[in-house]
Amino acid sequence: MSTQALIYLFVGLSFALYIGIAIWTRAGSTKEFYVAGGGVHPIANGMATAADWMSAASFISMAGLIAFMGYDGSVYLMGWTGGYVMLALLLAPYLRKFGQFTVPDFIGTRYYSKVARTVAVICLIFISFTYIAGQMRGVGIVFSRFLDVDIELGVIIGMCIVFFYAVLGGMKGITYTQVAQYCVLIFAYMVPAIFISILITGNPVPQLGLGSMVNDGSGMYVLQKLDQSLQLMGFGPYTDGSKSMIDVFCITAALMVGTAGLPHVIVRFFTVPKASDARKSAGWALVFIALLYTTAPAVAAFARLNFNSEVNNTSYEQAPGWFKNWEKNGLIAWVDKNADGKMEIEKGDPFKGAPEFADGTGPNGQRLLTNEIDSENGNEVYVDKDIMVLANPEIAKLPGWVIALVAAGGLAAALSTAAGLLLVISTAVAHDLLKKTFKPDISEKGELLAARVAATAAIVVAGVLGIYPPGWVAQVVAFAFGLAAASLFPAIFMGIFTKGMNKEGAIAGMLTGLVFTFSYIAYFKLMNPDANVAENWLLGISPEGIGVIGMVLNFAVALVVAKMTAPPPAEIDALVESIRVPRGAGDAHAH
Amino acid sequence: MSDDESKVAPADNGAAGAYWRENIRLLVLLMAIWFLVSFGAGILFRPFLDQFHIGGFPLGFWFAQQGSIYVFMALVFFYTWKMKRIERKYDLDD
Repeated sequence: MSTQALIYLFVGLSFALYIGIAIWTRAGSTKEFYVAGGGVHPIANGMATAADWMSAASFISMAGLIAFMGYDGSVYLMGWTGGYVMLALLLAPYLRKFGQFTVPDFIGTRYYSKVARTVAVICLIFISFTYIAGQMRGVGIVFSRFLDVDIELGVIIGMCIVFFYAVLGGMKGITYTQVAQYCVLIFAYMVPAIFISILITGNPVPQLGLGSMVNDGSGMYVLQKLDQSLQLMGFGPYTDGSKSMIDVFCITAALMVGTAGLPHVIVRFFTVPKASDARKSAGWALVFIALLYTTAPAVAAFARLNFNSEVNNTSYEQAPGWFKNWEKNGLIAWVDKNADGKMEIEKGDPFKGAPEFADGTGPNGQRLLTNEIDSENGNEVYVDKDIMVLANPEIAKLPGWVIALVAAGGLAAALSTAAGLLLVISTAVAHDLLKKTFKPDISEKGELLAARVAATAAIVVAGVLGIYPPGWVAQVVAFAFGLAAASLFPAIFMGIFTKGMNKEGAIAGMLTGLVFTFSYIAYFKLMNPDANVAENWLLGISPEGIGVIGMVLNFAVALVVAKMTAPPPAEIDALVESIRVPRGAGDAHAH
Repeated sequence: MSDDESKVAPADNGAAGAYWRENIRLLVLLMAIWFLVSFGAGILFRPFLDQFHIGGFPLGFWFAQQGSIYVFMALVFFYTWKMKRIERKYDLDD
């Protein structure tokens, strides 16, 4: 069978599986819709959490980013796993014991305030939409490259699939679909990684392969060889980053705390039967996530090594097939600066901005560009970092079925995350805004209907964002983590660990963290992107890492305000007492 | 963040209070290890640790891209196990 036929087959089979599971497990009550009835086994829940968490960004983009960032890429590896330690130790068991459906539920009840609940809902919706737009773009990339359909059609197909199992199945359908999606995506990630590790080092375990010697008789370690080849091209060594230590520190911290504050991750721990299961479940989620996250740095280093050796100093006529395929999709480009017909890689940008292709081809058959050439360096090759994982099997000349598997895995990752986010958005609208704020007398049936309508509307908005990605989408992903770290995390943490925290303190803290972080990111990312350089940053901290300062401000303002205002009422004291002990965690239920 | 534990109001009633204090002590210890392997070994002390190697990995680089994640997993499972024991001790398990 041709590679293309295999791709259709694998993707088709995986979609049929997801839809089958969705029909089999569809939700009948709000409780099943919001928290899967609260009866999911911790290991299954850990797997679903892992699939929910690992988005198109983790599957498709992360290894590519690390490949080009080297040591600096560690911020993602530590940031997106370390957050689970905070979740398991500091938040999950207590939130499960608390026993309602959503993060705004907790904040609204613990701080006895509709204002606090509404602030939490606003944070949540903003965080979730930012995040979901990125997923839809991931779906678009995979469809357009592998299924040979337009990005628009690809996004619409993706929307229909998600609609089917998120709207019908609710949390119950999503949880079991995500278990299947985890299996698909981790298999799809590991198989090429193992093959490539064997090809390059002879060691079948990629985590060990990264620390092994290259198989070419040179007697050099993988990282040593990579450092050396990059330095020959004028780059800094791979194992030594270019970001300042304080920036690496703050970005890692913002990603960790942000992870622990992301509503679609937290809500996962409402679905297990007991408070102690929430701890166990977070542990399993971390194991399933770590499998991919410890493989990613190996994939990254191998990909960079292969990419350099396949492309650098090769004449365009002999360029490998994948190079020309991705050039056709506009994600790779080549300008022959010195007119020698060879592709040279060096440090620096080949031209200004993203590639804009002209009609027609150059003397060697390459696509011509209208961009202004950057003549200050000798780099001739533009490559979109997002393609590294998808192109990896082709670069390593692996068989067609591996490529098909990766396509199915990329879709599984994007769809599972999109579905989880849609559920959080629809729950926030139906439960937190409608039921708890504006229309408390709504029936369970009405609430379930509202949740489904809200999920449908959210899918349409997400799809539109995926088809017409506003230029700022990629720019504002930092928002999601920064805002979660600066707004939701401190409010939840203090709600559990400091009895004296009152509504005035929590609201003031959340608003301070939110406004500070939002303004800082908006200023450097949207309003004045030219000023976004280290010299202008506060304490040398980039917008990606500023959420940590927002968090510190949140804590500080909340504690000061709480000292100056009336302490929380006695029943809140009793509530905090009760969430601190695991005994007596009933089902997740609406109060 | 482990340094906020000092703000915890002293718990009043017997078993629940003792249970909570023991929980906090454990949390402080585990979060300290969490901080040391990631922010410590992977970031602050990386330049120093990179002079040592395990296999082809500079040590600090290994902590940043592999080691810290392994320790994270161990921390969560140790906490789960230990808490179960503490909860049984105070007869507060679920």
